[in-house]
Amino acid sequence: MSDHKLHHGHDHDHGSELGEMQLRVRALETILTEKGYVDPKALDAIVETYETKIGPRNGARVVARAWVDPAFKAALLKDASAAIRTMGHENRVGDHLIAVENTPRRHNVIVCTLCSCYPWEMLGLPPVWYKAAPYRSRAVKDPRGVLADFGLTLPSDTEIRVWDSTAETRFLVLPMRPAGTEGWSEERLAEIVTRDSMIGTGLPKVPA
Amino acid sequence: MNGVHDMGGMDGFGKVEVEPNEPTFHEPWEGRVMAMVRAMGANAGLNIDMQRFSRESIPPAIYLAASYYQKWFLGLKRTLIERNLVGADEFAAGRSLRAGPPLPRGKFSMSDVARIRTRGSFQRDVASQPLFKVGDKVRTRNINPTTHTRLPRYARGKTGIVERINGSHVFPDSAAHGHGENPQWLYTVVFAGRELWGDDADPTLRISIDAFEPYLEAA
Repeated sequence: MSDHKLHHGHDHDHGSELGEMQLRVRALETILTEKGYVDPKALDAIVETYETKIGPRNGARVVARAWVDPAFKAALLKDASAAIRTMGHENRVGDHLIAVENTPRRHNVIVCTLCSCYPWEMLGLPPVWYKAAPYRSRAVKDPRGVLADFGLTLPSDTEIRVWDSTAETRFLVLPMRPAGTEGWSEERLAEIVTRDSMIGTGLPKVPA
Repeated sequence: MNGVHDMGGMDGFGKVEVEPNEPTFHEPWEGRVMAMVRAMGANAGLNIDMQRFSRESIPPAIYLAASYYQKWFLGLKRTLIERNLVGADEFAAGRSLRAGPPLPRGKFSMSDVARIRTRGSFQRDVASQPLFKVGDKVRTRNINPTTHTRLPRYARGKTGIVERINGSHVFPDSAAHGHGENPQWLYTVVFAGRELWGDDADPTLRISIDAFEPYLEAA
């Protein structure tokens, strides 16, 4: 495989290799279908779920609610799975979700050094960089260097707290509500909550 | 196992490269691999730790060069062959050559899709009380199993503080190898950056792992 692919961690070069993966994957799907193990329509539905229904907007709604509702925020920090279940049908979540709060003194960063554990139900499928070697290797040793790769520099006395997702607990960063958003509606606030701000590699984006 | 998947603290992989407006899948086959792994995991009794171990067992040079969903494909292939669900000859032929054993939960169908959308619970009740409480000083054991473990190398033989007790959970080191769920107490243990990386480490850095009780001893 090419250096290019190693470097980027995903497959966007061209030529025979790409075609080969398509063929190999299609063949496996044919085998599983012929054996009666999977209904291809059910596979379509899984793909569609992650392409259209589950993504960072789910997490952004949770963060925005926590910013406007102190009782919800307290419940979220106590037991995130239980608190999110009270929000209703659109935010289905399993057990063991832990929300960790950024403060002026502490900034939280989430990683999975061993594989790719990520709060799918809140953020959708993880981006390539989250699953790739540069992030997984450096986030626990040089998190400020990693944040610099994202253009994020924090005060030198801010505690950097890295959470390595080594079990079935999953983590969601509750970023700080930016100044200048006083009086905003929950919906408007949800718009500025970025995916990266809920991983800890970014901050909410207030439009200039 | 001390595989190349256990990357925490390694150097030389370069900068994090972020792709703006990254699509969910870069090629349609990536989505099909994800869906097949989820479907077969759910209905063929392949738990998440078995799936992880299948990917950790990919030879290091291939692991590092493969894209994420290529690793998922290779791990799924290995697991299906090991469990006699699909033969190596069928992979080579690209089609089914014989009937396979029925899946424990039957064919993965439309009615199964909602079930996998929400994660299952890994909490299991145990008769024992947790050995450690919040605030206790603990040391991670220096273990080096050739089997599956979730104690990363960078955090072995290190002293930290119990910060949370997360309940008693399925023990990956057992479940990955079909040795049952063997539930264990699970703790969030936090370490100073200097404990893990030495005196030159950033003094503001703290790192936590979630550690199962068998990984820990009193310090």
